[in-house]
Amino acid sequence: MGLIANYNVRSMLVRKGTAAMTAMGIAMVVAVFVMTLAIAQGFRATLVASGSPQNAIVLRKSATSETVSAVMKPEFALIETLPQIARDAQGQPLASPELVVIISRPRISDNQPANVPLRGVGPRAFQVRDSIKFVEGRRFTPGLREINVGKLAVGRFKGLSLGSDVKFGNVIWKVVGVFTADDASFESEVWGDVDLMLNAFQRSGYQSVTIKLTDPSALESLQAAIMGDPRLDFKVEREQDYYDEQSQVMTTVIRVFGTFVTLILSIGAMFGAMNTMYAAVGYRTREIGTLRALGFSRGRIVTAFLAESVMLALIGGVVGCLLALPVHGLSTGTTNMASFSEVAFKFRITPALLAGGMVFAGLMGAAGGLLPAIRAARIPVARALREI
Amino acid sequence: MTMALIELRDVTKTYKRDAIEIPVLESVTISVPEGDYLGLMGPSGSGKSTLLNLLAGIDRPTGGSIRIGDTEISTLSERALAAWRARHIGFIFQLYNLIPVLTAFENVELPLLLTSLSKKQRREHVMTALNIVSLADRAAHYPRQLSGGQEQRVAIARAIVTDPTLLLADEPTGDLDAKSAGEVLTLLQRLNTEYKKTIVMVTHDPHAAERATHLLHLEKGTLVEQVGA
Repeated sequence: MGLIANYNVRSMLVRKGTAAMTAMGIAMVVAVFVMTLAIAQGFRATLVASGSPQNAIVLRKSATSETVSAVMKPEFALIETLPQIARDAQGQPLASPELVVIISRPRISDNQPANVPLRGVGPRAFQVRDSIKFVEGRRFTPGLREINVGKLAVGRFKGLSLGSDVKFGNVIWKVVGVFTADDASFESEVWGDVDLMLNAFQRSGYQSVTIKLTDPSALESLQAAIMGDPRLDFKVEREQDYYDEQSQVMTTVIRVFGTFVTLILSIGAMFGAMNTMYAAVGYRTREIGTLRALGFSRGRIVTAFLAESVMLALIGGVVGCLLALPVHGLSTGTTNMASFSEVAFKFRITPALLAGGMVFAGLMGAAGGLLPAIRAARIPVARALREI
Repeated sequence: MTMALIELRDVTKTYKRDAIEIPVLESVTISVPEGDYLGLMGPSGSGKSTLLNLLAGIDRPTGGSIRIGDTEISTLSERALAAWRARHIGFIFQLYNLIPVLTAFENVELPLLLTSLSKKQRREHVMTALNIVSLADRAAHYPRQLSGGQEQRVAIARAIVTDPTLLLADEPTGDLDAKSAGEVLTLLQRLNTEYKKTIVMVTHDPHAAERATHLLHLEKGTLVEQVGA
């Protein structure tokens, strides 16, 4: 049916202005759609990047996140001895007892206070999380009031740059290094010695333990070992799964909200497409009558006009995707509802997301074109032929 | 005597406007033999275009029967009727009704899309039809680049490209100057004599009527006289 496709395209070009406006309306909706989902995608990717398949996180059995978990020092001592834990060259277990405390820092952008996660980590945390790389300065020295700051946190909050003195927990800490973490949420955090943090915030125990496994497959045996020990009331999850769960609430909220907004916008764009197609049917009534008189069935007329509408919408879809593309990689931040602290992340546009945008555009075109196409097919032929 | 190609029996057509019924055709009975060139004449509103539309299967009678070939078309479903039109009817309109965004070639190719012909076969058929109307050299032209007479000849090529049973022409010269009208009428006559096409033509134009082998006059929806030409 190349000829009919040509007919549709050329007819569309006859009224370029209207067609362009309609396509732009759809483009806007698709752009908004892709951008909101890019937020959800970026947020989730950031959290999932925080987890490594070779790492496991130990939490109190009933805890839903590390901030509401507790691991006492003697319990940590027991966990540390398990054989599933990888060891460094000196034979020390690669397990990091951790504590996350929220501190308040003003944002650079609007000077409003925001919650910044402060993570106390064990001395071997950088071996457990080997994606951490220093871009400025060095690691903090255990036992000293020194801190390291994630690169995104440096850019987002005041007074966290290298060499700054930061006051929290009633004492002054010095920023001695800035790190990246392959876009993981750690880049939004501040890290320091966990034992000093316990004192500064008057806590009696850690919250979680992150472990580097001897092998990714050692997880099950570690789970069995911890579950089997009556002294240990803990659960063990793969770190990746844990962070995936942590992203669920937020990505669901963004997705639901994004879908809601785009649905409302899409109703507008759909009526735009409908209006354009009704006009097209009106302008071309005699052509429709002619085609019908030549023997084209109602079904073919519906298909032709529907195809025209979908084609128009897909052009809009492509434009919308192109409009959305520049936000890919832009960073932004939001409060993670699972931890109540700010996570900085980048908009992330994936091929699947763009495909989703195109499908959405096509659906808008089909929905907007259906009624006009049916009207086109239902005009009595003899009457349509009398139209000038 | 062979069976007539077209057999209309007691055909009536009534339009309803609000509650008022407007009779357009009343009890028309016609029989047209194969190979005939029939002229339908009559004043405006006499129902001749309606009659042509009924023959083309683009309108339906209120009563009576219309048989064309061996098909009773008044009882066909909408879908079957469309398929029947594609196979049996070539329609020539007063205003040519070419699709403005398609070239002469593409306009002629349109009805062939409803057949199972390959692209190559379609091309051959289109060029044959354009040759018959002497416009093969204008194949790539758009309707706006053609004169009225040329547009009508392209429309005739479109009507004959599927080799239909019946050619129907609704005032084919109504919008043309005398010279172009003469060419179109000569072409129709050739289609009748040389290619043995059965033609039914509605016309006001006495010059056009002269070319027909038979004439029927309609007045107020009824046949008034039959003149042998």
